[in-house]
Amino acid sequence: MRHTISILCDDTPGVMTRVSGLFSRRGFNIESLSVGHTELSGKSRFTIVVAGDDAVLEQVRKQLQKMVHVIKAWDIKPLEAVEREHALIKLEVEERKRAELLEVITAVQARIVDSSGPVWILEVTGETSAVDSAFNLFAHYRVLESIRTGKIALERGHSRMMKGQRG
Amino acid sequence: MRKGNVTGAKALLKALEAQGIEVIFGYPGGANLPIYDELSRSPIRHVLVRHEQGAAHMADGYARSTGKTGVCLATSGPGATNLVTGLANAFMDSSPLVAITGQVSRAMIGNDAFQEVDITGITIPITKHNYLVQEPWELPHVVEEAFYLAGSGRPGPVLIDVPRDVQQEEFSPHQAKFPQLEGYNPTLEGHPGQIKRAAALLKGAQQPLIVAGGGVYQAGAVQALRLLAEKADIPVIHTLMGKASFPNSHPLCLGLLGYHGRVAANTAVSEADVILAVGTRLADRSTGPLGTFARQARIIHVDIDPAEISKNVPAFLPIVGDAKGILIQLAGLLPPAKRAGWRARLEEVAAAHPLRGKLKGVSIPNILRLLRGLVDDPLMVTDVGRHQIFTAHYFPVDSERSFISSGGLGTMGFGLPAAIGAKVGNPGRTVVAVCGDGSFLMTCQEVATAVAENIPVVALVMNDYCLGMVKQLQDSFYGKRHESCRFGRNVDYARLAESMGALGVRVTAEGEIEPALREALASGRPAVVEFVLDEPANVYPMVTGASLLEYVE
Ligand SMILES: Cc1ncc(C[n+]2csc(CCOP(=O)(O)OP(=O)(O)O)c2C)c(N)n1
Repeated sequence: MRHTISILCDDTPGVMTRVSGLFSRRGFNIESLSVGHTELSGKSRFTIVVAGDDAVLEQVRKQLQKMVHVIKAWDIKPLEAVEREHALIKLEVEERKRAELLEVITAVQARIVDSSGPVWILEVTGETSAVDSAFNLFAHYRVLESIRTGKIALERGHSRMMKGQRG
Repeated sequence: MRKGNVTGAKALLKALEAQGIEVIFGYPGGANLPIYDELSRSPIRHVLVRHEQGAAHMADGYARSTGKTGVCLATSGPGATNLVTGLANAFMDSSPLVAITGQVSRAMIGNDAFQEVDITGITIPITKHNYLVQEPWELPHVVEEAFYLAGSGRPGPVLIDVPRDVQQEEFSPHQAKFPQLEGYNPTLEGHPGQIKRAAALLKGAQQPLIVAGGGVYQAGAVQALRLLAEKADIPVIHTLMGKASFPNSHPLCLGLLGYHGRVAANTAVSEADVILAVGTRLADRSTGPLGTFARQARIIHVDIDPAEISKNVPAFLPIVGDAKGILIQLAGLLPPAKRAGWRARLEEVAAAHPLRGKLKGVSIPNILRLLRGLVDDPLMVTDVGRHQIFTAHYFPVDSERSFISSGGLGTMGFGLPAAIGAKVGNPGRTVVAVCGDGSFLMTCQEVATAVAENIPVVALVMNDYCLGMVKQLQDSFYGKRHESCRFGRNVDYARLAESMGALGVRVTAEGEIEPALREALASGRPAVVEFVLDEPANVYPMVTGASLLEYVE
């Protein structure tokens, strides 16, 4: 089972180590982790994707919740949330495949964000599965480098966090 | 740099004084000398230990025996890493501690400076929280917060790492605004609906049972638990940490459960239909193999830490909160009951399975039996090994905070320093450390601390010339191949003690036990009594199979 955990926490030094350390310590493999500031000053929000069964997930959530700087940790249900991932892909464009590549770019709604001679950087945003398909398609070309941000997610409508259900 | 009239070190000491701290267990070094310099002008007592691990265990023993937060102090680098075992020990057993460490100056952090170690990084998994103080003016707030965290909710150790230049820098005290601890709100009140449901469950139970953990005494709920058990006539078993959570000689008490538990206690937990587990993690030493644990029972799990609920054993009915309030409410909802059948069944098992240790000769059970006759209501502290389990079985304690042992971490060497800390917190009580020869040698240098500081604890060294618990495992599971478990006969514990200025007595015959104990107890000095045991006797019962009911006794 794959789970998405959202964590709202104080933005203090070391909070990243504390949070990520907990996962490894409790035997949980992080598939992706993204963290950044939020609309609240002094607060950060993590979105972490992990594999594990429900019981283990619940245990990790409670252990996270126990950390002094964690304000709330909760799991996000995919159907109730908007999820996005961002990727950059650097390709070397062969002249004879250029037209075909442009079609693929349009098809997966990627954007060309840089072209330095034959080397282009493409940008893709979407659900993890959409980014996966884009990567699969671009794999047929000469990929020089690529990078993904990991998933971020927000629940639709009023989220459980906003309803102030803490604990 | 801000200038002002207070140094960081002074602010730290003032903040500790404001917390009402009466004693610090510590050891100096280059990176904490500014703190020591301030300490010389402070009314707080300092106990100079002989190894920082001892400082942490003393602070821990002080905390467990008084309920107040213990404080230890070490320098950077090796001083700080020497605290690590003590912090892990306190963390596992939820003991409230504040550890203060010196750190290299801010400009040097990250450069692998002399005696620099990332102690906040190292201790993340074994502290409730920790701080690397960046500015001297943060100190009053950090200290206050650290004590609040250590002592509230589920207690635990908190570490404050203070760079040397932060200790030295001057600042003008001002009311800085600090963010609230938004993410830390321990639940204290049990959910009234859950408590009602628990009462209904217990009321309808035919064979209810209480499992008392260390959280009961930590919450000050010993009396509340007793009233509940008596009113509803519910038998009680306890974990090692929970030994002082219920009077051991009470007719409802069936003793220790678990891996080395009493047969009656393990039978009770296996046959109960409703279990009220209070202030216990239901850890593996207590449950044995999880697949067979308490299969008949619906478990009501009361704990202050929501993460303990259903971590190991699924709870049928969780109640998160402070045990005392919950137990009082629960007792109020329960009608008086008599459970003659269930109690008779368990008493029958207890009678059929008495403890079978030897109450003759120079044996641990016999020494403990004789000790009981000589001293009223002592505070018993143990080390880790067979003597620990023997003490749990053969030395009933009936008053609160009278049994201290390293449960979760099982730290050999805990006994003597923890006893010293307990004695500092309870100068009026007799404090006895029951040690194994192996365990004692791990921290025996603290005898010198006890002598120098005039802390009269009595340490009993149960000398079987081997690592008894290891030998027992090798006897049972490794074909009696006793690899690396025997000690030579090269340590004379009485002389070792005497060389450090303590009273040292050596006992080799049964007739010498009582006189030696009398002498040690009456001496008013730190004393070490070495008992040369007749034989390295194994401790039973011991669970050997796939359930608590498969055991050797
Ligand atoms: C620091 C530490 N190292 C190793 C162990 C593993 N261990 C558990 S009990 C034990 C033997 C204890 O021997 P002793 O203190 O002589 O007590 P006895 O079992 O003989 O009563 C050992 C080595 C431990 N618990 N703690």
